[in-house]
Amino acid sequence: MDTRTWTPLSRREIAARIASDIPNGWYVNLGIGVPTLVADEVPEGREVVFHAENGLLGIGPAPADADIDPWLINAGKQYVTLHPGGSYFHHADSFAMIRGGHLDLCVLGAYQVAENGDIANWATSENDTAPAVGGAMDLSVGTRRVWVAMNHLTREGEPRLVRDCTYPLTAQASVDRIYTDLAVIDVTPRGFVVAEMIAGMTLEQLQALTGATLHMPEA
Amino acid sequence: MIDKTVETVAGALSGVADGATFLLGGFGAVGQATHLIEGILETGIKDLTVVANNAGYGQVGLARLLKEGRIRKLICSYPRIVGSTVFEELYRAGRIELELVPQGTLAERMRAAGAGVPAFYTPTGVGTRLAAGKEVRHFNGRDCVLEEALSGDVALIEAWKADRWGNLTYRAAGRNFNPVCAMAARMTIAQTQHLEPLGALDPETIVTPGIFVDRVVHIEYGSPRL
Repeated sequence: MDTRTWTPLSRREIAARIASDIPNGWYVNLGIGVPTLVADEVPEGREVVFHAENGLLGIGPAPADADIDPWLINAGKQYVTLHPGGSYFHHADSFAMIRGGHLDLCVLGAYQVAENGDIANWATSENDTAPAVGGAMDLSVGTRRVWVAMNHLTREGEPRLVRDCTYPLTAQASVDRIYTDLAVIDVTPRGFVVAEMIAGMTLEQLQALTGATLHMPEA
Repeated sequence: MIDKTVETVAGALSGVADGATFLLGGFGAVGQATHLIEGILETGIKDLTVVANNAGYGQVGLARLLKEGRIRKLICSYPRIVGSTVFEELYRAGRIELELVPQGTLAERMRAAGAGVPAFYTPTGVGTRLAAGKEVRHFNGRDCVLEEALSGDVALIEAWKADRWGNLTYRAAGRNFNPVCAMAARMTIAQTQHLEPLGALDPETIVTPGIFVDRVVHIEYGSPRL
């Protein structure tokens, strides 16, 4: 019998929770998966400019089938639209925006995040078949803030928040904040600090599902 | 008179040789010079090094070159996309060499080559297996890894509009790596959807000036397909 006293957030609820923390005016890159959903959840009245590695700023909502422009894709190779005020640029300029610290935020998926902010999100073993890295290392290192969106546990029930990453690293000490289906956790010099838990969750319960020590914010 | 236009794909590719390094523009199918890439098959050259963001998809373009065994080494950031089955099989069988490069480092290595910068330091990749064996130095409080410029013998790119001087414009997300590849190769060959008279392109809208382009072939093939 399931004795859980909480209901985990859905993918869309995680995305909405993240979007609620993005202030008006930020330039933001969204990774593949749950992060992509953040674009649809920006609260009314805020303008957030979304960036794609393949040379777009000001990405608008997904097009209806009849309105697809075959020349307009995002970094996940999905069809997108361009918001009024949007622009195109080449790959070296696009990554100058990322690596030069011009983006306020990137939101990435991850396999694991360590308590010092190390992130592993591109390969699941040292000899992964045909590994692919894309822009993950550039984004993790270059943007002003890195937020991670992921489930608290793997499908097998293993913690994704850990003391040390066991998967190959994407970047060292780069994550600032983690949004899971159970909690919002800041990565600080003290380690993981719980900023928020879902209704019905206790610190003891969350700790049991986490691979490193959780701290409460200092009063 | 300067006229960089050539009539055919075969003419555009004349002189390319075994062992050459090719820089391919494009991101997925968008902005990829598919006709020029497939034209390599007809030339019969082999033992190639190919620099491209992706490793081809389906059975067209780069995937065909891979399948025919023409490519010795791929320098790439994201070889694993949906439909990239040909590369995956070759890689599993150990029949192709892969140099995996972070996407921004790939773009910057080509930009550096085009700008005469032989190498540069970047924090991207530090502490990961992609930086293994590379020189690390400390700048402004961070470790940075030394990355070398990446030039090509030939760049194959796709433009939206071109003129006979080789000035180019692009369309939407079709720009991507194309202007970067154009400046990093000893010979740059562009296939263009539209060929305009000299002077018809607004100088304010030219993205790649003709100095970076050697040959232009007019191929009006329509829209890319994902």
